[in-house]
Amino acid sequence: MPRVTFTANIQRHLPCPPVDVSGRTVREVLDAVFAQNPLARGYVLDDQGAVRHHMQIFVGGAQVRDRVALSDAVPAGAEVYVMQALSGG
Amino acid sequence: MSETLLVASRKGLFTVRQGREKRWSVARAQFLGDHLSLVAADPRSGWWYGAFEHGHFGPKLVRSQDQGETWVETGKPAFPEKPAGSKDLDPVRGTEVEWSVKRVWALEPGGSGQPGRLWLGTIPGGLFRSDDGGDSWSLVRGLWEHEGRKKWFGGGADLPGLHSVCVHPDDPRRVKVAVSCGGVWETRDDGNSWANIGAGMVARYMPPGQQDDPGIQDPHLMVQCGSRPDTLWVQHHNGIFRSTDGAQHWTEIKEAGPSTFGFAVAVHPRQPDTAWFIPAVKDEARYPRDGRLVVTRTRNGGQSFEVLTRGLPQVDAYDLVFRHGFAIDESGDKLAFGSTTGSLYVSSDGGDGWQCVSEHLPPIDSVHFA
Repeated sequence: MPRVTFTANIQRHLPCPPVDVSGRTVREVLDAVFAQNPLARGYVLDDQGAVRHHMQIFVGGAQVRDRVALSDAVPAGAEVYVMQALSGG
Repeated sequence: MSETLLVASRKGLFTVRQGREKRWSVARAQFLGDHLSLVAADPRSGWWYGAFEHGHFGPKLVRSQDQGETWVETGKPAFPEKPAGSKDLDPVRGTEVEWSVKRVWALEPGGSGQPGRLWLGTIPGGLFRSDDGGDSWSLVRGLWEHEGRKKWFGGGADLPGLHSVCVHPDDPRRVKVAVSCGGVWETRDDGNSWANIGAGMVARYMPPGQQDDPGIQDPHLMVQCGSRPDTLWVQHHNGIFRSTDGAQHWTEIKEAGPSTFGFAVAVHPRQPDTAWFIPAVKDEARYPRDGRLVVTRTRNGGQSFEVLTRGLPQVDAYDLVFRHGFAIDESGDKLAFGSTTGSLYVSSDGGDGWQCVSEHLPPIDSVHFA
């Protein structure tokens, strides 16, 4: 199962502990996370479901390429990191 | 009269209270480090609301049902999914309008007989409605889908913003909103259908022939007299305007002390001819004239203005007051304003004299009496 870990900076607004979820794409993995933690969706994705302008997501150490449809593949056991960009602060 | 003032700033929310010898001071600081773009209090429920503008995590809304002791995150206003293939182009840039809330820029309770009803304006210019005190929100489609909305464009922000909501006290199905830059709009059926109103405003940033178009005006803020709701005042990008027929027609007030440029305006809740402004030099020079921070007041519908200075700095003051940075309480005697340089002033006598609460707060976006 992929493991999703959130930036420490989100934690004071909303607890987002690391979580193991199933899914084969970034979209599937994040949907599984947000099913457990619905408020987290609005912190990571915009109203249309794209990655927020100043957020970034890494899968296995690489930034995801598809920030709109979130179609990047997530291998079984991959580490997914939801981070804030250095911009936007 | 209110003895509590809420202050939303670039780095936190401050509760300011009137204490001994009627002096105001900061009683509580919350959410330190976080940017709050708006604060509001609902007199029907006593609930307080704060809107965050997190740089990374987007806008959020919180609510307190115990006068700020505890806060919970409410539902988030969000645009519906943008229809595939739809063309919704920004008229200035020619790029697709993002259907995503960037900032909460207005929050106004509904009528006294509409418990739970809130109206919320955003950047981009979406209007949202809640009927459960903010737990859930829905886009007011009648306005967003109006063809006239596609003419709206950004002012100081890149995108248009809906910042003013005036609910008619006798018929809360009649609501007026103001948009930068999209003019004044009215519904008489609780938000289902909308009309662009407001003849008489002048947009001098447009070419000749388009300056009087009601659909591209930049009203910085629109306020309505509570007991005489047919009288409204607008601090516009190009001056001060007043309406006495429910925002249908506007008359320009051409002289108002140092300047007619500014962002904020307050109107007395029972005296429609009494209004206050905080002028800056002009649109491309946004600071008080001669470094003297003043408030202007008219008591005769704009025929003449007093320039109020007692308690305000008259040397090297470069404070600018944003549109939500000026508040009046229900008595009409207490006023407060907070500035971009973090100065906070309160008056208990209709603006005759001002107490400086602090000159060291973070930049202030919004003040509101609770």
